Amino acid sequence: MNKTPQYDGRDLLRLTTAGSVDDGKSTLIGRLLADTGALSSDQLASLAAQAVQSGQEHIDLAQITDGLSAEREQGITIDVAYRYFATPGRSYILADVPGHEQYTRNMVTGASKATAALLLVDGRSGMTRQTRRHACIAALLGIEDVVFAVNKMDLVDFSQDAFAAAEAEIVGFTARLGFRTRHVVPVSAKQGDNVVHAGRAMDWYPGPPLLDVLDGLPASAGVAQGPFRMAIQMALRPQTSDTHDFRGLMGRVQQGSVSIGDRVAILPGGRESTVTGILGPGGLPINAAEAGRSVILTLADNIDAGRGSLIAAAEDRPRETRTLTAALCWLDDRPQDPRANYLLRASTRTVAARIALPESRLDVDTLDTTPGGDKLAANDIGTVEIRLQDDVACDAYAACKATGAFIVIDPRTNATVAAGMIDHGI
Amino acid sequence: MTVTAEAVVDLGPAQAAAPLGHLEALESEAIYILREAAAQFERPILLFSGGKDSAVILHLALKGFAPGTPPFTLLHVDTGYNYPEVLEFRDSTAEAAGMRLEVRSVEDSIAQGRVVLSRPDESRNAHQSVTLLDAIEDLAADACIGGARRDEEKARAKERVFSHRDAFGGWDPRRQRPELWALYHGAIAPGEHMRVFPISDWTEADVWRYIARERIALPPLYFAHQRDVVERNGRLIPAHPLISLKDGEAPETRSVRFRTVGDITCTCPVESEAATPEDILAETLAAETSERGATRLDDAASEAAMERRKTAGYF
Repeated sequence: MNKTPQYDGRDLLRLTTAGSVDDGKSTLIGRLLADTGALSSDQLASLAAQAVQSGQEHIDLAQITDGLSAEREQGITIDVAYRYFATPGRSYILADVPGHEQYTRNMVTGASKATAALLLVDGRSGMTRQTRRHACIAALLGIEDVVFAVNKMDLVDFSQDAFAAAEAEIVGFTARLGFRTRHVVPVSAKQGDNVVHAGRAMDWYPGPPLLDVLDGLPASAGVAQGPFRMAIQMALRPQTSDTHDFRGLMGRVQQGSVSIGDRVAILPGGRESTVTGILGPGGLPINAAEAGRSVILTLADNIDAGRGSLIAAAEDRPRETRTLTAALCWLDDRPQDPRANYLLRASTRTVAARIALPESRLDVDTLDTTPGGDKLAANDIGTVEIRLQDDVACDAYAACKATGAFIVIDPRTNATVAAGMIDHGI
Repeated sequence: MTVTAEAVVDLGPAQAAAPLGHLEALESEAIYILREAAAQFERPILLFSGGKDSAVILHLALKGFAPGTPPFTLLHVDTGYNYPEVLEFRDSTAEAAGMRLEVRSVEDSIAQGRVVLSRPDESRNAHQSVTLLDAIEDLAADACIGGARRDEEKARAKERVFSHRDAFGGWDPRRQRPELWALYHGAIAPGEHMRVFPISDWTEADVWRYIARERIALPPLYFAHQRDVVERNGRLIPAHPLISLKDGEAPETRSVRFRTVGDITCTCPVESEAATPEDILAETLAAETSERGATRLDDAASEAAMERRKTAGYF
C-alpha cells in the first residue's frame, strides 16, 4: 500500500458488475475488497463473528456486500450497492448490481453510471440467460469495456478446457455487441486465484490477474470526447457590490471542452455568443475546461439563458426537436400508459411527453428484435416514438451519452418510470 | 494484451484524453450535485455540525457558488453534548461563509416533551432524528444536504444521492427511485423532503486528501492532542463529566485524535500522533479499523442498527 500522502496522481474508474444468482459475484467483490486492503480489521472481525454464529468454518466473503437486513435473511441482493477500493494508480467506484431477473432495471441503473462492466460467469455452466441479458444491457447503455470473470474454476479442477469452452461461448456471444475491449479471465473468488494475485493452480493461463486487467482499462473521468456540450444548471447573479454586473451560467462540461473565445449556441432557440470567461471551482478564472469539470461561463451577449438550456459548440450543435425515437427501458411496476402525460427529463430540461406503444422490442436473451405489441412493462426494452410539448436539444445517445439520455417521470407519483436513449438502435 | 485479453479496437495514445484526476472528478461531481439541489428545491438546508464531512460539504458549496454565496441555510442539530471547540468552530465558520446558521437542540426537544429519554444518561444521538425532523418542518425545508458517504456503512452503500423521505421523514430502502446517469430527480409531494448527499462516492481517504489539498480548517479535536482517557473493550473512552467511569477504571493521559466529533457520550478518540491532515491521511491509508467502528459506540450495538435508524429518519 502506498503510505505517502497523495492528493491526486491517480485516476478514477467507474465500474458496474453483474452476475446470476449463484455465480459467486458477492464472493468475488468481497475478495477484491479484502485483497486490495479495502476492508478494515473491525469489518473482518464482524464477519468472523457472523461465521461463528452461523457455524461456518471460514469467513463468508459474500457477507461483506449484503447490506440490508431483508437481503441477509433471503440471501439475495435487492438493490444497487456502491463499493470502493483502490490500487496505487486508480480509485474504483463499483456499482454492484443484483442478478435477479426481476431486477434488470438495476442493471440499467448501474450501467448508466459506468464506463466498464465486470460480468460473472460460472465456470461449470458457462453463460446463463441472465449473463447474456447483462452483457446485452451493458452494450445497450454504451459500456465500452467489458471484463468477464469465469469464476468457480476451483470447482472444475482449474481445467483449461472448461475455461476455453466458456471463453469461446463469451467471445461468440459478445462479437455482436460492439464493445471496445473485451477480456476473459479465469478466477476462483473463493480461493483468491487470479483475482488480485496470480493463481498458481492455473499456470496455463498466460494473462494477468483480474485486478491488473481492470487497472489497464481506460479511465472514466474526462473521456467524453466530441463537440462541446454543457447543460445549464442555473444562472448565477451574485449582485454584491463588486459583482453587480456578473452573470454566469453554471454547469458541468458534459462532453468535449470549452475555451475562452469559443463560439457557442444556446439551445433551444439557437442564439449564438462567444465565451468571455470560464470560472472553475472557487471562482478561479481558467482558460479552458474539459469534460467532467464544473464551471461557470460568462458570455459576450446578454442572452436570457437559464436552467433547461444547453450550451453547445456553435459549429456542431445538437438538434432541436419535439419528436423523438428512443430505446426505452421501462422501470416502474405500473406498465406504460400511452394516454398519460409523462415528464421527460433530459439533462436539466423537463418537458411534458406522450409515449406511443412500442414499435419493436428487444429480446435481451437472443438480441433479436420482435414486433412491438402491447404496453411496455417493468424490465421491458422497446423502441418508442415520443411526442414532446416543447423543444428539447438532444444528440443521439451513441454520439453523446449525456445529451442523448433521459428519464421519464410520472407526475402523479413522481416515480422515475423509464430510462431512455435517443436514436439508439436495438 | 494476451491471447485471452483481446482488444476489439486498438486504443491509440491520441484517443486517451487527459482525464481529471480522481479528486478533481469527485470535487466537480459534488459541486454539480450541490447546484442541482440549489436549482431543484426552494428551501434547501445544509447540515453543518462543524465535523469534518460537513466542513468539506460547506467548502464545496462555497467553491461551487463563488463568486456568489451558496443559497443554503446551515442547520446544526445540537445534542447538547458537543465539545465547545467544535461549537466555536461551527459558529466562526458559518459567519466567515456569510451564511445563516440555525441551531436546534435536542435539549429543547426534551424540554418540550418531544423527546423522552428512557434514562437520564441515555445517548442522545438516536434522538437527533426528532429534533431534525421538527426543524425540517419548522423551516419548511424541502431538501436537506448532508455529508454521509456510502463507504461508511452497509445500509448507506445502497442509498441514492437524492434520497427520498416520505411525509414521516422515513426512508424506504425497497422503494427507492432508480437513479440514472447524472439525472438527479428531486420532485416531491408536499410534506416530503429529499436528503442530498454530494460526497456519496468519496471514501474516508478521499476526504482527508481533499482536506489536505484544500487546507480546509477543522476543529482542533481532529488533530493529535493530550487527553485523559480510559481503555474499555479495546476503545478509548474520554474522561469527561458526562461519562461515568466503571469500577477500577483510572484515566491516563495519551496522545489522541478524534476521527469523528459527534456527541461526547458516543464518540471515542483513537491513539495518534498525527498533527496535520497529511499525517492523518498517512494513518488513514494504513488504518486497520474503519471510521465508524473505531469511534462510534452506537453502531457497535447492532449490525442492523444503522438501517433501523435510517428508516426512522436519522441522517
